[in-house]
Amino acid sequence: MDQTIVLALLQDGLTTGAIYVLLAVGLLIAFSVTRVIFIPQGDLVSFAALSLAAMIGHQVPGTLWLLDGLCAIALVLGLARGRWRSVLPYGAAPAVLTLACWAASRYGAPSPVMMVLAIVVVTALGPLLYRFAYQPLGESSMLALLIVSMALHFVLIGIGLYCFGAEGVSTPALTDASFSIGSADVSGQSLCVGGVCVLMVGLLRWFFVRTLFGKALRAAASDRLGARLIGVDHATSGQAAFALASAAAAISGVLIAPITPLSYDTGFEIGLKGFVAAVIGGLASYPIAAAGALLVGVLESFSGFWASEYRNVIVFSLLIPVLVWLSLARGDSEDRA
Amino acid sequence: MRLFVTAALMACLVTNAAFAQIKIGAIISITGPTAALGVGYKNAFATFPDTIDGKSVTYIIRDDAADASQAVSIAQRMIEEDHIDALIGPSLTSAALAVQPILNAAKVPMIATSPLDYDPVKYPYTFSAVQPVGLMVDAVVADMKKRGVKTLGYVGYADGFGDQVFDATKAAAVKDGIEVVANERYARTDTSAESQVLKVLSKKPDAVMIGGSGTPGTLPVAALHRRNYKGLVYGNHGMVSPAFLKVGGPAVDGIIAVTGPVVVFDQLPDSAPTKGPATTFMTALIGKFGPDSVSPFAGYSEDGLLLLQGAIPTALKSAQPGTEAFRVALRDALEKTNGLVGTHGVYTMSPTNHNGMDDRARVLVQDVDGQWKLIP
Repeated sequence: MDQTIVLALLQDGLTTGAIYVLLAVGLLIAFSVTRVIFIPQGDLVSFAALSLAAMIGHQVPGTLWLLDGLCAIALVLGLARGRWRSVLPYGAAPAVLTLACWAASRYGAPSPVMMVLAIVVVTALGPLLYRFAYQPLGESSMLALLIVSMALHFVLIGIGLYCFGAEGVSTPALTDASFSIGSADVSGQSLCVGGVCVLMVGLLRWFFVRTLFGKALRAAASDRLGARLIGVDHATSGQAAFALASAAAAISGVLIAPITPLSYDTGFEIGLKGFVAAVIGGLASYPIAAAGALLVGVLESFSGFWASEYRNVIVFSLLIPVLVWLSLARGDSEDRA
Repeated sequence: MRLFVTAALMACLVTNAAFAQIKIGAIISITGPTAALGVGYKNAFATFPDTIDGKSVTYIIRDDAADASQAVSIAQRMIEEDHIDALIGPSLTSAALAVQPILNAAKVPMIATSPLDYDPVKYPYTFSAVQPVGLMVDAVVADMKKRGVKTLGYVGYADGFGDQVFDATKAAAVKDGIEVVANERYARTDTSAESQVLKVLSKKPDAVMIGGSGTPGTLPVAALHRRNYKGLVYGNHGMVSPAFLKVGGPAVDGIIAVTGPVVVFDQLPDSAPTKGPATTFMTALIGKFGPDSVSPFAGYSEDGLLLLQGAIPTALKSAQPGTEAFRVALRDALEKTNGLVGTHGVYTMSPTNHNGMDDRARVLVQDVDGQWKLIP
């Protein structure tokens, strides 16, 4: 195993690791604010890639109809309760988005525009899924919320299969550039993925530290009851957290679609590896989760080289020593209210 | 009391009427990891006739979601509640192996549409409409030998199908004097086969054989293309579909694969026996589902039907559909199939051979500019 192979494996590992960083961070945000382990995040990764491919192929993506359906229900419910202001987010906004997507798929649009549209469609799905699937459960235990997550995953897989069919899709690369650094060939696509990941993490940090809304989310994450007492709305913070998690999923989906063929069921495994990374961070610490995500990516790459049949076994077995260490190190800690 | 008697009598009448028609069941993996193949199997049924030899036919299609235990419960329901006369399927090898004992015990002939190692003596009710993996892979390895390949690398699925293709490749390679220098595996839902390809390339083989299928089969080929691999790339018959070309794009240009003749039906020479049935079937299929529906898997379903169509008239002479005597007669008639021309090949069955396909059931094709072109 010479230097070129090591560098190639590292590059592959860090690229996938960057995706896992985004997913792990999104999962952590959703979990810390709402105590929901958002497993369907992986399915949203596939949805983003499949929607983008559908629009490039001059078809209106099925996720748009799902979004419209959920918004329509929310609009009817809002109006029935006399909240006229719900017309804007649940009536006007989806109408504009539907029109834009329809125009883009019918008449074609530049690639960045279609990527943004795909990201917006999937990001908007997140808070709606929270509103309909998790919000009614209120203060249920984490186990109940986890079971709902699994059920939602199966629902989304079924919808994905129905809307997009069973075959995989691939989208044109963002850039075909390729650079030679030393003895390694670094593709422009990998640099794009890494760059976007760093940018997103930086943006999130700015959001949480510098903006009022971000601080409110942090308050809701650290003590929900206290946050409610000072006026941080429970529903809004949950929906905002889910919007961030699904934005992370959507951006990941659009980034890896050119690199690997994604079909309706491949996103789940990507989401699971993001979950492994989040667990490495103890479902609490963002820097350790990010480092864990890079570790998962590199480990996946190297074990694919050394023991390709056992690659997934090795990656998921990483959970065992991590969980043992965490339970020994943490000792008895009460569940947060 | 009177109501109950009337209801019971009416129920008898209804079931009596149902017995006069032929019931053909089908177990297909329409959802699950092999759903891409399942669509092809299922679409074929939309072109099937409503009557065979004057008797009306119903097709009962159920989805086993690529789960062998679900296939077993579906098969039991089909036998006990639906009273099927024959089964086309299952489309997944592990499901076929699981339902085989049940169908044989109930004496229901099954025409498997997935490659499986069957034993006609132990399971006389099992037939296979799929070319054995060995038959197909032999053609590929023969082409390698013709082009002077000496060392071969293998990248395939880490499951039953990947094992089947590897075992067949290894056996054929040993016979032809080619050395297999690498055996790497990946999972269907993986996002990258880069590391596996790097390992294979470090052994510098003359050719690489891919043991994948459908769109995940493009992963190793794309990785090989990215690494500027200059050797030959070969694929198996599970990779020949329009979706593979669409997703693979220019990265899979030049790959050589083996397939049933039905996929390149419009390029077959007029002397090929399968050209007639293949063209009729594919024209009907494309008429209903468009040109992207050309699929070898639809051809397997059609061949299952053609085999039954050939055997049912003989069976009808001795028994009525819905009875065990009919099913036994159907099995005997299937076993006597001689020279039946299907879309994938010519079937000649015997008590020891329940597949009956020979080398007329395979052709070599190459991806040239995004189309599969027949290699004469």
